[in-house]
Amino acid sequence: MIVEVNMKFPYMKMDPLAIAERIKEKFPLEVVDVVSFRDQVSVIIKKEKIVEICRFLHDDPVLDFDHLRDLCGVDYLGKKEPRFEVIYHLYSVRHRHMIRLNAQVSESDPKIDSVTSLWAGVNWHERECFDMFGIKFKGHPDLRRILLPEDWEGYPLRKDYPLKGPEKEWSGFAEVLEKAKKYREFDWEG
Amino acid sequence: MEKVEKILETRELNVNMGPQHPATHGVLRLVLEIDGETIVNVTPYVGYLHRGIEKLGESLTYFQGLPLTDRLDYVSAMSNNIGYVVAVERLFGIDPPERAKFIRTIVGELSRISNHLLWLATHALDIGAMTVFLYCFREREWILDLFEMICGARLTVTYPRVGGVRNDVSQEFLDSLYKFTEEFPTRIPEYETLIDKNRIWLKRTVGIGVISAEEAINWGLTGPTLRGSGVQYDIRKHTPYDAYDKVEFEVPIGTNCDTYDRYRCRMHELRQSNRILKQCLEKLPPGPVMADTPKFTLPPKDFILKDMEHLIHQFILITKGPTVPEGEIYVATEVPKGELGFYFVSDGTGKPYRMRIRAPSFVHASVLSRLCVGHLVADVIANIGTIDIVLGECDR
Repeated sequence: MIVEVNMKFPYMKMDPLAIAERIKEKFPLEVVDVVSFRDQVSVIIKKEKIVEICRFLHDDPVLDFDHLRDLCGVDYLGKKEPRFEVIYHLYSVRHRHMIRLNAQVSESDPKIDSVTSLWAGVNWHERECFDMFGIKFKGHPDLRRILLPEDWEGYPLRKDYPLKGPEKEWSGFAEVLEKAKKYREFDWEG
Repeated sequence: MEKVEKILETRELNVNMGPQHPATHGVLRLVLEIDGETIVNVTPYVGYLHRGIEKLGESLTYFQGLPLTDRLDYVSAMSNNIGYVVAVERLFGIDPPERAKFIRTIVGELSRISNHLLWLATHALDIGAMTVFLYCFREREWILDLFEMICGARLTVTYPRVGGVRNDVSQEFLDSLYKFTEEFPTRIPEYETLIDKNRIWLKRTVGIGVISAEEAINWGLTGPTLRGSGVQYDIRKHTPYDAYDKVEFEVPIGTNCDTYDRYRCRMHELRQSNRILKQCLEKLPPGPVMADTPKFTLPPKDFILKDMEHLIHQFILITKGPTVPEGEIYVATEVPKGELGFYFVSDGTGKPYRMRIRAPSFVHASVLSRLCVGHLVADVIANIGTIDIVLGECDR
């Protein structure tokens, strides 16, 4: 059965800066910085307690971030230190507020804890982040490449990866080229 | 008895499905582990259509990135364009004129109708109702003709622009659109009579792919796929963009969380979209269709060859790109398939430092491993259909 609703009921939307304040209160040592831009707030955090922070945001009844909109990586090569950031976009379907967490990940130790235990849908996002940036997610149930072939070399969305791809062909494509050369003698020439 | 079991041992069988299977809506490959006819485990493999759009976006200016979005979800390109331009506008801090907002709402809803029609057509075809396909394509063709009338293209439209739309709509288009909105509600019952109470359809969809509201949110589902589970999440209502705060519409919510409810949800959405179209036609204000912000939007083509200043702006915007404030922004829009989010990191130059696309199909494809388990092999097809995925968007 389908019901039609106009969704004009009251909801308890929290100001994103107030949410950032709450995170700061709870984890004073973890929050590095709070940046506000165009009404959106990024909370820059250290990576060590990412699961605890996410669990707090997920379970707290006032915050109630039940929907993980997106997880992705950013490579700040030569711009920021540490080099990588893993971005979590959290949203509360009930309260309609949003917050962004930027977890800092260094180049020397590109690892971060997985949050698959909190949001099931993050599984593929983490796999994609691993695929594109080479950031490993500890505790992920199935950390494999997702968009690229298993034997692909390099991590394409890193800034030092060439736009036109590596010089060497991918082994699968090289195989196809080899086969094409082999069967050229059977080409029909009219 | 024991002896028999030893000889006829049962074992699980791995079956490969796709990537060239017509029912997988593109190039999705599934590896099914089956025990008899029952699914034990499903592993989806994606990436066959990966074109590196996120990497490409980093090397193009904000204006050049727009045509890439047509190639994401190629069956509703208009909605993808709108998602991109709304995000870029928020980043630039500009506001398009009212008329442009209404026109974008119109084309967005037309795109939603055409997407749902294509979805219904292929979903019904997969399950075995051939006739619906032909009926749906009749109306979809009409919408594509409407698109052709406003921008000349039918599928990869690139009609919305940063700061408005490419060109104003003609009176001829508005007349045909009015005719469409009058005619379309009489066409919806035509599809419904074919399958709504059809016994085979009910057998194939009721109670298939059940996912509870909490679990659906947890899996990150969005759009009609989520609303079929009874969650009131629609970005058009939550954070309105374009003209959605100026039109009245209801959001259909399912109660049984199964494939049939998701189908009914989309049928109701067709009616609501038609309602939005009608209101937009009534309220369409006069005025310009492009924001007058020379630092951020391309000047009108007529002026470029006559006016020095416009020519300079055009030259700078095309070669260097606009000067954008530094920062990061995530803007989501409600495309027919769910939540399409664009995340931009700007470093102050004319090109995005990082362009991230949160594609609904990518998340929906991942839930297949949850939906199919315990069902029969034939229900895999129904489950692929009900989550409404397009692999162009999934693989990016």
